[in-house]
Amino acid sequence: MSTLSIRHLVKEYVPGKPVLKDISLDIEGRGITAIIGPSGTGKSTLIRCINRLINPTSGEILFEGQDLAKLSGQPLREARRRIGMVFQEYNLVERLTVMENVLSGRLGYMNAWSAWRRKFDEADIQKAFTLLRRVGLADFANRRADELSGGQRQRVGIARAVMQSPGLLLADEPTSSLDPKTSVEIMEVMRDLAAENNIPVMINIHQVDLGKRFAQRVIGMSEGLVVYDGAPEGLDGDILRRIYGGQDWLAT
Amino acid sequence: MSVASLSEKTTVTRADFFAPSLGKRLAYVAVFAYVVYAAATLGLSLDRIEKGVGYGLRFLAGFFPPNFTETDIIPGLLESLQIAFLSSLIGTALAIPIAVLAARNLMPPWVSWLARLLIIFCRSFHPVIVAIIAVKAVGFGALAGIIALTFASIGFVGKLLSEAIEEISKKQIEAVRATGASFMNVIAFGVVPQVMNRFIGFVAYETDSNLRNSTMVGVVGAGGIGGTLFSAFQRFDYNFVAGIILCIIGLVMIGEVLQIYVKRVFR
Repeated sequence: MSTLSIRHLVKEYVPGKPVLKDISLDIEGRGITAIIGPSGTGKSTLIRCINRLINPTSGEILFEGQDLAKLSGQPLREARRRIGMVFQEYNLVERLTVMENVLSGRLGYMNAWSAWRRKFDEADIQKAFTLLRRVGLADFANRRADELSGGQRQRVGIARAVMQSPGLLLADEPTSSLDPKTSVEIMEVMRDLAAENNIPVMINIHQVDLGKRFAQRVIGMSEGLVVYDGAPEGLDGDILRRIYGGQDWLAT
Repeated sequence: MSVASLSEKTTVTRADFFAPSLGKRLAYVAVFAYVVYAAATLGLSLDRIEKGVGYGLRFLAGFFPPNFTETDIIPGLLESLQIAFLSSLIGTALAIPIAVLAARNLMPPWVSWLARLLIIFCRSFHPVIVAIIAVKAVGFGALAGIIALTFASIGFVGKLLSEAIEEISKKQIEAVRATGASFMNVIAFGVVPQVMNRFIGFVAYETDSNLRNSTMVGVVGAGGIGGTLFSAFQRFDYNFVAGIILCIIGLVMIGEVLQIYVKRVFR
């Protein structure tokens, strides 16, 4: 049985103009699945439909025995706790400390009164600190998030997502705001943490080479449809042209 | 006026990017014309201003020497201070939920509109007008003053806080929501950290403004030093008036210094 099963997913922001046109996908047990495709083709919409930051127009999103597309209110919030998300611009709460940001991964399990007084479980605090040490930021735990560099912030973003103990990790262009070296380091952190915790990863990525290097499976999207789904080795010039269109940019 | 697409042009001029606006020029003319009209119809002439300044100087001369010996300055000031603090505290406590309800990025339109109407209502009247009504409703004394200034505080803090909430970063909210956090937890971890600094500034400013206004609501019988000030005026006891005014200035200055200290502690 697959972890995540997307069936006939459609999203229209404007009626009659679907951004996602009938997407069906299965994400299995573990490893990294990279989604590539030109800007504006609906990769981000697809990722955000899964944890319902965006509401799909029709279709099913089956995850841990529930159709996420049909949830709302409390059941939706409970389902979101099981899905971690890493953002392109890190989306840390800038005026909170690094530790508070990592621990916010537990907010789905706390009432507001405890959250307000920062009454986190000792075990959660231990785990958060272990994660921070794991991503090399133990000494930054009490710093404010806006004092960190881009690469450091994204490490905190990953730690926050893993802190949720999710059954699925979504990443929306996690390296697009970073330099090439930091991008590779971030991908390594994400790959290793996901492997250690047995979390399958779905990642939108612009850098095709990074996608090929880290993913076990690549999904190519174009104009709201899946046009390639297979091993990264299968991505040749023809298929890249089919995904991104045009000719000249591939010439070396 | 037909505008050729810029890409078809071979040379461009300044007017392609900075077109003169007829509307803006008309607006300047209209503002100037209204100033002249208003001054003329109110009989505001140089002659009148000169005469007024003459009266004023003679009146100010009556202030000296200021008289601090009367005993009801201190109790009056203390009462004003208490009115200011209580109304700021109660007003802010009521303003916080109203501001959250009024923020259009957190609430559906009908909720935010109702909350905004409430804020607009609180802001519609000057504190002295509310004080007059409150004195009629609950009688003379500090309670009426507290009601009047609480009203003003709800309007002021409610409006500014709801605007601050509307300006926060959606990305940070999105990330907190994505963890499965409840609405109240999103407020605690996503909204509060983003507005806290500004909120402290609003409350400090409102307390300062209540301190000044609390010295005035007494004029209409709503408690505080204002009552003492008003009766001194009516007795033409200008030396005593000057003493009270200097004490009020001192109180407001102390408030200013305290404000700096309180802000530093909370940030």
